[in-house]
Amino acid sequence: MHHFIDRRANPKGKSLGNRQRFLRRARENIKERVDQSVRGKSIQNGSGVPDEGEKVTIPTRGLKEPRFFHSSKGGMRRHVLPGNKDFVVGDTIKRPQGGAGQGGRQASEDGDGEDEFSFTLTQEEYLEILFEGLELPDLVEKATVETETIGTRRAGLTTAGTPNNLNLVRTMRNSLGRRIALQRPTTKSQRELEEQISELEALDERTPPQEDFLEALKKRLEGIIRKRKVVGYIDPLDLRYDTFVPEKIRNSRAVVFCLMDVSGSMQEREKDLAKRFFLLLHLFLERCYEHTELVFVRHTHHAQEVDEETFFYARETGGTIVSTALEKMKEIIEERYPPDEWNIYGAQASDGENFGNDSVRCKNLLLNDLLPVSQFYAYVEIVDEAAEMLLNNPEAGEDLWQNYREVKSQAQHFEMQRVSQPGHIYPIFREFFLPKVKGVQNAGS
Amino acid sequence: MQAAETAREPLFYGPEWTFELMEKARDAIEKIALEDLGLDVYPNQIEIISAEQMLDAYSCVGLPLMYQHWSFGKHFARDEALYRTGRQGLAYEIVINSNPCISYNMEENTMAMQTLVMAHAAFGHNHFFKNNYLFQQWTDAAGIHDYLAFAKNYIAACEERYGPMAVEEVLDAAHAMQSQGVFRYGRPPKPTNEELVAMQKVREGYESGQSVLDVWTDSTLGRDKLELTEDADYSARRKLMNLPQENILYFLEKHSPVLEPWQCEILRIVRMLAQYLYPQKQTKVMNEGCATFVHYYIINKLHEQGQITQGAYMEMLHSHTNVVMQPEYDDPRYSGINPYALGFAMMQDIRRICQDPTDEDREWFPDFAGNPDWRGVLRDAWANYRDESFIQQFLSPNLIRKFKLFTLTNDAELPNLVVSQIHNRAGYKAIRRDLAKQYDLAYLEPDIQVTDADLRGDRELKLTHTVRDGIHLDEDDQEEVLKHLRTLWGYDVRLDAVEATTES
Repeated sequence: MHHFIDRRANPKGKSLGNRQRFLRRARENIKERVDQSVRGKSIQNGSGVPDEGEKVTIPTRGLKEPRFFHSSKGGMRRHVLPGNKDFVVGDTIKRPQGGAGQGGRQASEDGDGEDEFSFTLTQEEYLEILFEGLELPDLVEKATVETETIGTRRAGLTTAGTPNNLNLVRTMRNSLGRRIALQRPTTKSQRELEEQISELEALDERTPPQEDFLEALKKRLEGIIRKRKVVGYIDPLDLRYDTFVPEKIRNSRAVVFCLMDVSGSMQEREKDLAKRFFLLLHLFLERCYEHTELVFVRHTHHAQEVDEETFFYARETGGTIVSTALEKMKEIIEERYPPDEWNIYGAQASDGENFGNDSVRCKNLLLNDLLPVSQFYAYVEIVDEAAEMLLNNPEAGEDLWQNYREVKSQAQHFEMQRVSQPGHIYPIFREFFLPKVKGVQNAGS
Repeated sequence: MQAAETAREPLFYGPEWTFELMEKARDAIEKIALEDLGLDVYPNQIEIISAEQMLDAYSCVGLPLMYQHWSFGKHFARDEALYRTGRQGLAYEIVINSNPCISYNMEENTMAMQTLVMAHAAFGHNHFFKNNYLFQQWTDAAGIHDYLAFAKNYIAACEERYGPMAVEEVLDAAHAMQSQGVFRYGRPPKPTNEELVAMQKVREGYESGQSVLDVWTDSTLGRDKLELTEDADYSARRKLMNLPQENILYFLEKHSPVLEPWQCEILRIVRMLAQYLYPQKQTKVMNEGCATFVHYYIINKLHEQGQITQGAYMEMLHSHTNVVMQPEYDDPRYSGINPYALGFAMMQDIRRICQDPTDEDREWFPDFAGNPDWRGVLRDAWANYRDESFIQQFLSPNLIRKFKLFTLTNDAELPNLVVSQIHNRAGYKAIRRDLAKQYDLAYLEPDIQVTDADLRGDRELKLTHTVRDGIHLDEDDQEEVLKHLRTLWGYDVRLDAVEATTES
């Protein structure tokens, strides 16, 4: 009449429907936080959405499940508590802050009285929200062509191992537990007994009861010593060792150059879009390479290498000469990133304006110096949302755009796109990374 | 037990479990459970699940099938976050009050844990579900799976037909009144044929297939009757609508002027599930105590008979000890009285009082102190009490001393908390009463009743909250719930607080 069922192979994600409903419900709040996390965090350190997902904390408004329950304040209540130490009837205790007794909050069942709610978005969900509902294929995984070495990773405890891996805390904990359980006499009790014996032995004359007592003590001491021998302080049973298992480690390096026009025409919106663009590129590359570095080059009529903070938030005035940034990038590559050791990626964002006939210079710099050493170079031109004419017509555009179009026609690993919304950014990568990923990787290795 | 049994082979060695070993262990457990303890259980269906499936089950209040709602997704997200960061472990099992009795065991458990869990859930909880009067009277163990399947499909169909947002609105509102969606005192309708006919008139209870028709009859007949009594006064309305009514969801389902039949059916689903789960809320201490007592007795018996190895026994005891740990009130780990600890201690104590009573026990428990059949005394307690009455009846001075219980009175009028009782002769009775009250859901949960609704007048729905001991409702949540109520009622809703006339 009893039977077993193995349910482990049942389809996973039974609660997916609930999760989707939850995310829809919280979408506004989540979006706000995701946007904030993009703005607030650095590309370098935190923004890269970790593989295991991004933790977001959202306010509970809108996610509250209200119930009728008793307020925790006011009225007359009695709480029965365990563990009275020295209270007697009539003792008074200062009311703890918040007004509720220690037994308070019984009324609220699920305890979500907090104002905030934290949970983890998977990488897909995070990206989907970040790029506004674009359906992300399994692109990230396909983009990964790895060179690997073997490293080690901790993998719990075992009962056998080499002494250098001995886990002292666990071992001593086991030892302590075993000693208590088997009632191993302590050193202190042995010493006390010995003292008593030597005191008695020191007496010149002993009465018969004292003799007997001494005998008994000696016997006990013997017993204790024997037991201490049998029940060791540390037994092989107690030993625990840390173990390590080999793990594949991706082993390659990449540098991402983020180039951005910071002249007056680049406002908050433009910079925010640019940041998402850099973020996404970095995100992809982070998964491909063991080690990635970011170089931020900003330019007006001259270019500077700056840190991330300055890059996105400091203001600068001046004209616009794009080629200075490309020159700077070339310079830095020559100085610090030899192309045979580094995979080089370029990402450039601008509003498309450039000084005089500088654009031709840019074209030549790219074709002759930068593209030959780069894995991939992407350019985004951030335009006004109203500029539909530009968005829909890739042939229209100013000098820089036209010259870059020429570059594109000559170099496969150059990609360009006009964007006015976050959703436009993604296709650059989709178009570029999906079909050609292997070729690019091979070219570099 | 018999000497012959002491020399048995252990059921298993080592931590790995297999289905064969589990069957062997189950048979050994069953022998003790049925023949020695005299338990009476539903057939067991023991399912092995993964950690993720356990999290799934968590988020859906432990039920194997549940309709979809965002709040379950929220709970899942929270539990998952706690679990992944290691701040909360997962239960070793979940057990469902159903026939056959389904229990979920985690695949990560060792064989020793699987044995412990089977004794705990498949026999301890199972016996409690099958025999306790609350479950017998208020839940339908055989029908719950079909009902859950019906509920899930019905709500999915509604989502398809009326859109997920419309369904969500009703569910959100209904969930807000889940605690007010149960019959606490009156029995839930259990229709026999004659009763069915009678109940159509009394408007109490419907079979699910009939509910649409019933809503129709209710509204038409109801209106007729109202017209007949043109000058119907308050008392006529009360009689007609069965007021005052403690089950607000039930009232809305039957009398809301704006709800469509499908919306009423959703309210009904929510209140049926609330009613199904209500006995579990009332028997936490007893249910866990019963299961813990049973597993403790069984593992000790198995060990005595040499059926489990020393190592497995140690592992089980280790886990058992963790489960029944009761931190003291000033311990940072303290978060209320642990139902496992209290329930287990009380049941062990009952056994002690039967087997080895002191004079004090004879004075306090003349009915069963020294009764040689402690199994019978316990089975009787498991069958006929709920937490509140169980504590009121069985908590002994011995245990009050052991737990060093004391009562702290928190009177908002006074500047300080006052220790009003301690574990001494003068305090035992009062502590027992106070502790029992702490488990009385009728006291813990606010007493809110529908007191009037004039469908021919202003159509305002009037609710009354009976305030006891000066404890009011939490205001923020109250407003939110009232908003939901207004959606379901369609007209204004008013909640008045009235001080209880008699102090309890």
